[in-house]
Amino acid sequence: MRHELMLAVSVVVLLVVEIFSSAKHKTNVVLPLSIALMGLSMLVGGMYPEAGTLFGGIYRTDALRTAVKLVLDAGALLVFFQVYGWIRRPENSDKVSEFFILVFSTLIGMHYMVSAGDFMMMYLGLELASIPLSALAAFDRYKRVSAEAGIKYILSSAMSTAFLLFGLSFIYITAGTLHFDALQAAFRPDVLTILGLVFFMAGMAFKISLVPFHLWTADVYEGAPVAVTAYFSVVSKGAAVFVLTWVLYHVFGAAVEQWRIILVTLAVMTMTVGNLFALRQQNMKRFLAFSSIAQAGFILLGMLGQGALGMASVVFYLLVYVFTNIAAFSVVAAISNATGKENIDDYRGLYATNPRLTLVLMVALFSLAGIPPVAGFFGKLFLFNAAASQGYYWLIFVAVVNATISLYYYLRPVRAMFIDKNEHPIAFFKSDAYMRMGLLLCMAGIFATGFISWFFEYLFAVS
Amino acid sequence: MLHTIPLHYFLIVGTLMFFIGVAGFIIRRNLITILMSVELMLNAVNINFLAVNRYLYPHHLEGHFFTLFIVAIAAAEASIAIALIINIYRRFSTIDVDQVSDMKY
Repeated sequence: MRHELMLAVSVVVLLVVEIFSSAKHKTNVVLPLSIALMGLSMLVGGMYPEAGTLFGGIYRTDALRTAVKLVLDAGALLVFFQVYGWIRRPENSDKVSEFFILVFSTLIGMHYMVSAGDFMMMYLGLELASIPLSALAAFDRYKRVSAEAGIKYILSSAMSTAFLLFGLSFIYITAGTLHFDALQAAFRPDVLTILGLVFFMAGMAFKISLVPFHLWTADVYEGAPVAVTAYFSVVSKGAAVFVLTWVLYHVFGAAVEQWRIILVTLAVMTMTVGNLFALRQQNMKRFLAFSSIAQAGFILLGMLGQGALGMASVVFYLLVYVFTNIAAFSVVAAISNATGKENIDDYRGLYATNPRLTLVLMVALFSLAGIPPVAGFFGKLFLFNAAASQGYYWLIFVAVVNATISLYYYLRPVRAMFIDKNEHPIAFFKSDAYMRMGLLLCMAGIFATGFISWFFEYLFAVS
Repeated sequence: MLHTIPLHYFLIVGTLMFFIGVAGFIIRRNLITILMSVELMLNAVNINFLAVNRYLYPHHLEGHFFTLFIVAIAAAEASIAIALIINIYRRFSTIDVDQVSDMKY
C-alpha cells in the first residue's frame, strides 16, 4: 500500500508545486521533481516487498506484484526522461505539470489493478488508468490527429469496459461473488460462466490490443504525442497483460480447457495480422504500433504455459519490453522533437549524421526482433519455452515463422539508416541531457536483462 | 410484488439493451450518440447486476455496490468524453465520425 500512497503523495506535491512555480521555469522545476518523485516511489514501494491483504482482501500485495509495479514504474520513469524536448515547447507551456500528474494518476490506477483481489477493485483500477490515458492521448489538443486519438481511445476503451462488465455480470449470476478467492472456490465451468469468460477476455483483449480487437491501436498511437504513445504501448499494456494472466491462472484455472483455445486463436491471429500490417507502414509510430500488436501475440504464448513458468516468462518479457520499446520510442521522439520527421524514409543516411542515436535504435530494433545478444532474444526464448512446456510445438513454429517475418520490417529502418543513400539526411542535432540519460538507462536495461540471469530467476522464484 | 416478475425477464431486457448499445456504437455516426450507446451498454450491465443481486443473492450487496461504482465511473467517463468531443468540434467543426478521420491505413 505504501507504493500507491507514495504515488498519491507525488500527485499532491506536483499539484502544489504547479501553483507556486513561475510559468517561465516550470519545465525545469516540474520535470526533475517528477523524476525524483518517481524514483522515490520506486524506492519506497520496492524495498522489502511483503505479502498481505487489506480491506477484506480486495487489495493484496506480494513480491510478484511489487515486481510488476516496479516494472510499470520504470516504464513511466523512462518516459519522463524523454519528454523534455516536447513538454518545453511554447504550446505546452500552460499544461506542463498536467502531463506528470496524469501519468502519476494512471500509474495509481494500474497499481490498484495489479493489486486487485476482487473484480470491483480491478475495474476501478482499470478505469482510473484509462480515463487519464485518454486525456493524455489528446494532450496536443491543437493538433487534429491528437484530438482524434483521444476520442478514439476513450470511446473504444469505454466499449471494451462495457464488454468486460457484461461478462462479469454473467459470472456473478452463476457464482454469486466477484471476489477472486471466493470465485475460484465457487467456480463451475457451465455455459453461462464460459460466456462471461469470453466477454471478459474480449474486454481485456481490447486493452492489450489483440487482433481482432486492435483497430483503435494504430490510430491512437499515431495521433498521440510520442511520449504518450511510448507510455501506451508499454506501461498500460503491461498492467493489463499481468492482470489477465493472473485472473486466468488463479480465478478461471478450472476453465483452462476453454480459455486455452481462445488464447491460441488470439495468439495466431495477433502475431500474423500485426506482422503483416507492420510490413507496409511508413510512419515510425504506426510501424511501432503494429509491432507492439505483434509483440502482444508473442506474450500470449507465454500465458499458455501455466503456473510459475508462464507467469515468470510473461513478467520477464514485460520487463525487457519496457526497456526495448521505450528506447525505440525515445529515438523516434528525439528525431521528431528536433525535426518533426516521423517517416522511415526520412531516416535514410541518419548514421552519417547522428551515429549514436542510430546505434541505440538499432539495438532496440534488434531486441524487438529477438536477435541473440540482447534481451529481446531471451524474453522470446522464455515465452516459447513456457508454451513448449504445455506441448504447443506447432504454435511455436507459427511464432518462429512470424519472428522471421518481423525481422524484415525491423531491419527496414536499420537499412534506411545505415545503407540507403540520401542527399539531404537529417542534420546533426544534440539531444538534451534528460534524453541522453534516458537512452543510457534503456541501453543499460536492455543489456542487463539480457546478460544477468538474476532477473528471470527472481521472477520465477516469486511467481 | 416484485417477485411476480421472473428473473429472466430482467436478464432478457438487460441483454437486449446491451446489444442495442453495441449496434448503436457501430452504426451511429454522431459522437454524442455513440457515447449514449456506451451508456446504454453500461446500464444494461447495471440491470443485470441489480436483478441478480436482488433475486439470487439478497443477503450480500456486492452487485448493488458494483452498480454504484459503475454509475459513478460512467459519469466520470462521460465528462471526459464530452470534453474531448468539444475539442473535436473546435478542431474539425463537426462531430460526425466519418469526417473526423485524418489517419488512414
